[in-house]
Amino acid sequence: MKDNLKEVLLKPIFKGNPITVLVLGICSSLAVTVQLKGALVMALSVIIVTGLSSLVVSMLRNSIPNRIRIIVQLVVVALMVILVDQVLKAYAYSISKTLSVYIGLIITNCIVMGRIEAYALGNKPIPSLLDGLANGAGYGIILVVVAFFRELLGSGSLFGYQVIPQSFYEAGYMNNGLMILPPMALVLLGCIVWIQRSIQKDLQEK
Amino acid sequence: MNTNSNTYTVIYSTVLVVVVAAVLAFAAMSLKPRQDENIKIETISKVLMAATQSSSSVKVEEDTDVMALYAEKVSEAFYVDGYGKAAGEMNTGKDNVKDIVVATTGDLKKQNDIIKQIENGNTDLLASLRLPVYIFSIDGKDITVIPCYGAGLWGPIWGYIAVAEDGQTIEGAIFDHKSETPGLGAKIAEEPFYSQFPGKKFSDGDVKFSVVKGGANGDISGVDAISGATITSRALGSTINTWAKYYEPYFKSAAAAAQDEECCGCCEETEETANNEEE
Repeated sequence: MKDNLKEVLLKPIFKGNPITVLVLGICSSLAVTVQLKGALVMALSVIIVTGLSSLVVSMLRNSIPNRIRIIVQLVVVALMVILVDQVLKAYAYSISKTLSVYIGLIITNCIVMGRIEAYALGNKPIPSLLDGLANGAGYGIILVVVAFFRELLGSGSLFGYQVIPQSFYEAGYMNNGLMILPPMALVLLGCIVWIQRSIQKDLQEK
Repeated sequence: MNTNSNTYTVIYSTVLVVVVAAVLAFAAMSLKPRQDENIKIETISKVLMAATQSSSSVKVEEDTDVMALYAEKVSEAFYVDGYGKAAGEMNTGKDNVKDIVVATTGDLKKQNDIIKQIENGNTDLLASLRLPVYIFSIDGKDITVIPCYGAGLWGPIWGYIAVAEDGQTIEGAIFDHKSETPGLGAKIAEEPFYSQFPGKKFSDGDVKFSVVKGGANGDISGVDAISGATITSRALGSTINTWAKYYEPYFKSAAAAAQDEECCGCCEETEETANNEEE
């Protein structure tokens, strides 16, 4: 049981990462990774949403009428997303403004529904909660890594603080404007998938 | 129990929706005051940023207590109607910063709806306009901040323009938007764009204010548009023009009042222009 829980918690972080292995949640990882701060808040929001909705659905799993289970799941996920959005608007207004519609769009993030369908509907609440949290974290890690490179190379800053010294710019260095646009996020994501596949040989197709 | 029966399904979904609605309603109500406060603070900071843009002594930084600074610098805040007459005061928070009243974007939207109806010929509504005016005293000068609000490409755009005592020269401007394209139209809210505004005028003779595609070439009533954001730029130009037009009666009467203090002979002339406006 213990080993099982550990597996549930660790697998989505690297070996079964929702973005790089399952290729879920790509859209939002392109949109919110221009700045590290936004990516971090987005990652936290997704972790909370996946964790809590998996937990709630798992608690309800034996009572949900099978015919309307997708609708029930959607209602639960939407509830969590709106709560997160409202809390951010009240306590982290400037960040919620930069993330704008993307917090609301967590509802459409395939990771959330995917984990509920694949795991929470058939497992006890605690493992489901962990599974949700871990998958959110797996998503969040990729988001933060992509955002790190995009902000560093695109704006020369990290968390909004300038890290590339002014003397570099005077010597002719320029920020890569392409990094700010979504296509470079896709390229970076591709690089991450490449690195992961070269480490984890069993993912490579024959 | 048979969880697949119709009765069960209907009752289950009803209960679920009611419970979820209750939770959301509770969350929305308990967080509302804080959210409104955030919106108010944001509005105050935008108004202040516009007012202090040309000032060397006062700057709004990220960690500035904008409410205290607003209460310190503001000398008057009130509404005017479409004829330039005062129509109600706003609390400036001199006694308690918590009482500051500003017109948020929600209020501006309502005024913009009235303006649209007036533009369509319903001039009776001029008297019911409530256009906010903030007057600051900064570096010994009176700076008037007026807002503007209109439709951008994807959603509303709005801004705050600081005007010098002559009612024509722009001292500073800040713009914001709800959902313009990041990297293109969204640039109206960023530094290189709005810093073009200080020193410009609302009109240069007959030439109206415009955001010029292809470069303003130093026009006194024009600024460079953002490349790749033609529609947002054009919308911003017409938004500024429209709102400036409805503030004109106020600026005229304010200028007349200022002149009155120096000489009394000019009153007749201004009355005439005021009548022309009404026609």
